[in-house]
Amino acid sequence: MYVAVKGGEAAIDNAHRLLADRRRGDRSVPTLGLDQIAEQFALSVDRVMSEGSLYDRRLAALAIKQARGDLIEAIFLVRAYRTTLPRFGHSEPVDTGAMQVERRISACFKDLPGGQLLGPTFDYTHRLLDDELDGDPAVEPGALRDGAAEPATQIADILGGEGLIEEDPLAPGEPGDINQTPMEFPLSRAMRLQSLSRGDEGFLLALGYSTQRGYARSHPFVGEIRIGEVEVEVFVPELGFAVPVGRVQLTECQMVNQFKGSAKTPPQFTRGYGLVFGQSERKAMAMSLCDRALRAEELGEDIVAPPQDQEFVISHCDNVQATGFVEHLKLPHYVDFQAELGLVRTMRAEYEATRNEDVEIREAAE
Amino acid sequence: MTAATYNFAYLDEQTKRMIRRAILKGIAIPGYQVPFASREMPMPYGWGTGGVQVTAAILGPDDVLKVIDQGADDTTNAVSIRKFFQRVAGIETTTNTADATIIQTRHRIPETPLQEGQVLVYQVPIPEPLRFLEPRETETRKMHALEEYGLMHVKLYEDIARNGHIATTYAYPVKVEGRYVMDPSPTPKFDNPKMHMSEALQLFGAGREKRIYALPPHTDVVSLDFEDHPFEVQRFDRPCALCGAEQVYLDEVVLDDRGGRMFVCSDSDHCETRQAEGFRGELAGEKLDASTSDRTEEVI
Repeated sequence: MYVAVKGGEAAIDNAHRLLADRRRGDRSVPTLGLDQIAEQFALSVDRVMSEGSLYDRRLAALAIKQARGDLIEAIFLVRAYRTTLPRFGHSEPVDTGAMQVERRISACFKDLPGGQLLGPTFDYTHRLLDDELDGDPAVEPGALRDGAAEPATQIADILGGEGLIEEDPLAPGEPGDINQTPMEFPLSRAMRLQSLSRGDEGFLLALGYSTQRGYARSHPFVGEIRIGEVEVEVFVPELGFAVPVGRVQLTECQMVNQFKGSAKTPPQFTRGYGLVFGQSERKAMAMSLCDRALRAEELGEDIVAPPQDQEFVISHCDNVQATGFVEHLKLPHYVDFQAELGLVRTMRAEYEATRNEDVEIREAAE
Repeated sequence: MTAATYNFAYLDEQTKRMIRRAILKGIAIPGYQVPFASREMPMPYGWGTGGVQVTAAILGPDDVLKVIDQGADDTTNAVSIRKFFQRVAGIETTTNTADATIIQTRHRIPETPLQEGQVLVYQVPIPEPLRFLEPRETETRKMHALEEYGLMHVKLYEDIARNGHIATTYAYPVKVEGRYVMDPSPTPKFDNPKMHMSEALQLFGAGREKRIYALPPHTDVVSLDFEDHPFEVQRFDRPCALCGAEQVYLDEVVLDDRGGRMFVCSDSDHCETRQAEGFRGELAGEKLDASTSDRTEEVI
């Protein structure tokens, strides 16, 4: 007797059990502690916090462990948790000018107030595998500067003093929230920046790269990149002033791009902006290239390439959405496939029938 | 993080209220796609998050939930979603169509006609029927606003010109109350007539695309067609091999590598109910071996 495929429930349970087994791997190898992940895979943790839109190192580390190191899966875990948290308001704009910088570089000026500060960067390392890391070699602590740091003036303020760069357009009122409002195009720049900040690093990297290769070229210069901690403040109406609620590490990129002028304004540089949680320079730079490209319409440029098209960029930059929809193709599609199968068979039968008719006609003619 | 506790049916009440507002607007304007602030759910986008959010927003403690995928209750994703609601809402679930107050579905409408008071929740991947004709949302919204559906008719006409048929077999576009062209979700067009004048409330949730739309009970739902090429549903030239049902949608099951096939109800509850009532198809209760599979070799 034919029995239809059953037992989905038992199959799922067994699959999850096997997954847990594979996640743990060889039991004789010690399990990873969350502190180990947070300390030694710090940049993975940063990416998960940034694209998961939740600043919590411990939860990001937990997600990475649970996801067997699959970062998009970890991002998904964090997002699915964050969506259940109540929203109690929005912070005051963080003052990145007052950032406690650990790294700050500018490609525009050889020296500038606050100096060039390389910080913990892979730049200028030789990418040679270091066999010593197979063990636990002693590592020197980082060198510390003497005395207080010179304040690092923001590049926009340096150029802005002469009017050489556009003002940061201030959007009045409460910023939108991409979690609270349905996406309706065209999006405001604030909403676009939120989407880009949690967008997939790889996707934005490729799009940003394409702008450098001629698709919506914008002649970018790294005005500056800064990485460090800032204080987050929330305005409390009952108190009448803003109170600090914590500190977050951010990476900010100010891209300075080719100028624009009009009959009313003299030529000036334009800006592309990137801001992400943690230390993620590649992402912040890619984001600032994409942000600039997406301002095409506002700046009166022709829209000729994908990075300038906000529906294209914003609708496809979220890796949680993208991975879900791509991977849904492995769900059963029996009934739709059956429908297509029926149609193809009918059309093939008709094709055969007309061919036979043709043969008969030809034979009759002969 | 403290041990995570979740609200009844997972979503917080604020979110549910937002979704209910979108649903009410959808009901007020049948077939119109209402944007809503879709949330991340603990299952992936594209796996029914829209349907799950709609179900979570309308679910009450007394509801009885049925979840189907491809018509069947035991498909893995249906099992997973049913388990999810058992866990986060503790509600009663069923596989029996008639017993359910809410039925969440992917790709099928149950064969048993739905009744007043029942709600059918569809999982929708691409809610925009015009999407594959025009990829831009800004354009398609304008087209809906202006009731500019010529492009869709041209597409259907071109199908006929090229293939002799309208080559859309599922997600076959419908017109609702003579106004909005709507995507019925990727149900086979076989199910389209069931949407017309249904006694049940039909709700459609698209999570990734952030849209909700609705068909209130007794809504006029017409599949697009032409006078000389009227809309037709798929027909199967045989009954279900297990329960003998006719005029139902069948799944093709491959029996061997020699072309052996059998056709069984896609709606597993309908099939099981009929078998319990004593209906028998030609392969029910028989051992499947080479001698019986011979009889199923011809294909439609």
